[in-house]
Amino acid sequence: MDDRVILRVGAKVLIPFILLFALYVQFHGDYGPGGGFQAGVIFAAGFVLYALVYGLGNAKKVMPPAVVHVCSALGVMIFAGTGVVTMLLGGGFLDYNALAHDPHHGQHWGIFSVEAGVLVTVFGVMVSIFYAFAGRRSS
Amino acid sequence: MRENLPVLQVVVPLLAAPLAFLVRRPRLSWLVALGAAFWAFFAALSLLTGVLASGAIGYEIGGWEPPWGIEYRIDELSAWVLVIVSGIAAVVLPFARASVEREIERDRIPLFYTALILCMTGLLGIAATGDVFNVFVFLEISSLSAYGLIAMGQNRRALTSSYQYLIMGSVGATFIVIGIGLMYSMTGTLNMADLAERLPAVAASRTIPVAFAFLAVGVSLKLALFPLHLWLPNAYTYAPSAVTAFIASTATKVAVYMLLRFFFTVFGAAFSFEVMHLDRILMPLALVAIVAMSLVAINQENGKRLLAYSSVAQIGYMVLGISLASVLGVAAGVLHLFNHALMKGSLFMAMGCVMYRVGSCRVEAMAGLGKTMPFTMAAFVVGGLSLIGVPLTVGFISKWYLVQAALEKGMWGIAAVVLLGSLLALAYVWKVVEVAYFRPPPDGPGVREAPLSLLIPTWVLVAANLWFGIDAKTTAGVALRAARMLLGAGS
Repeated sequence: MDDRVILRVGAKVLIPFILLFALYVQFHGDYGPGGGFQAGVIFAAGFVLYALVYGLGNAKKVMPPAVVHVCSALGVMIFAGTGVVTMLLGGGFLDYNALAHDPHHGQHWGIFSVEAGVLVTVFGVMVSIFYAFAGRRSS
Repeated sequence: MRENLPVLQVVVPLLAAPLAFLVRRPRLSWLVALGAAFWAFFAALSLLTGVLASGAIGYEIGGWEPPWGIEYRIDELSAWVLVIVSGIAAVVLPFARASVEREIERDRIPLFYTALILCMTGLLGIAATGDVFNVFVFLEISSLSAYGLIAMGQNRRALTSSYQYLIMGSVGATFIVIGIGLMYSMTGTLNMADLAERLPAVAASRTIPVAFAFLAVGVSLKLALFPLHLWLPNAYTYAPSAVTAFIASTATKVAVYMLLRFFFTVFGAAFSFEVMHLDRILMPLALVAIVAMSLVAINQENGKRLLAYSSVAQIGYMVLGISLASVLGVAAGVLHLFNHALMKGSLFMAMGCVMYRVGSCRVEAMAGLGKTMPFTMAAFVVGGLSLIGVPLTVGFISKWYLVQAALEKGMWGIAAVVLLGSLLALAYVWKVVEVAYFRPPPDGPGVREAPLSLLIPTWVLVAANLWFGIDAKTTAGVALRAARMLLGAGS
């Protein structure tokens, strides 16, 4: 592992940008191509790269499997929970207009919240799948 | 709350599924799942009473008007299917606690309940939605979770049978989405009611008959119509007991619901049966399924596999009723959806009791169980009588309507096949009964009766078999109304 200095340093330089790009794709999803699914996959790719270069053990220290599994479930709850909140505020299911006085803001917040749920679940599922496959030989 | 009921029917279980995983403790996640199932049953019952009182209920997701937005639409048929799915879930979940603790590793139990609730969510969603693409999405939710559930069986062959189901189920789902895509390309809409309006104008093209064919094959795969049933026997045999009881009484029923929705509501009965002649394919296959699969069931050595083949035969009855394309025939099919869920649910739960105490469902292993597990085997006998179609059970009601529908069209041969199917059912039910009651129990430590937590849910379904067999006014009334709605509005 130690002789692959370029790989290690290169990965270290790239990973923050990958994660940042994921967030760009997430938040720019309102105006351009992108959104929760793509952002979740890119975000997960950052951790997959880390695991490939630094080993599965280190990756599991940084992002424990338990956290990843909770993420997979949590995102669904954020998504569906947004719908429940709009219902509690007097609208229909996922009727974002109910989220704010100005329907424009309501739609914006609603989409933001739903896409955040998608990001969390997609990230969790992607990393879980990677852990499940990568961990097969060692365990 | 009340106006949001159509969507809460699906959303509450959808929220309960991740929650069942997040609580992590087996008992707690069981409680969450139980709560979701009871809620769904309550919601389905109030939707059904609402629909019966004041007609179909529509719901716009996200405030987007149909046909642009996704619409949930609950009419007599969908409310009926919602009641079947959630009712079976509400009976299977109390049964599941003890059975699952015995059959599934402790640290996987929360995942198990998550998958079970997701599967129920998917099945409820298919019934609730009025959007064909949404049907596909929920179909995938229910199927993927069902593959996972089946793979959790104790026997290692559960993995291969789950894989087999995955391949066949994915082919079916792909065919369905191809059919939906072709319809979309011709009409530009995915809303069922809107499709029904726009399809006649383009029905003369080559595309729409192709879409029709893809949908027919895809849905037939999902509902295990002979000869596309090959995934079913293994999946039912090796799945955990509670899963078999749930999936056998709901998944194929929801697939039959899709058949009715696509070919009566979307395409319309006139196009499906007078232009495309769907009945010319469905009827012979249904008749072969009834006879051939009952014969195969007689030769099975495993109780669950025997009942699985019997399920393929019973699906034949439903499809037979539908293929008659008359109000009485469709009503017989819709009625049998409910009645078959009751009988197969109670039979597979009785098998679950046997599995819990004996550890095997082989017919040979059931020797003497009539003495050692009297209540379990009595439940099996009543369920079996219902399967045969003895008066005072729900099976009789289904066959009565089916025979009437056949005679109404002057098809004496079909009525004869239905009665032949009953005789064959008698043969395979007798096979189990004979071993259980007329063979001495093997020497060694005796087997005790199953615990009450398994017996009570089983007997609740057995009692329902008798109750709705004696008083079929409600069930037959709803089935007739659903059939009239399907044939009236669709043509």
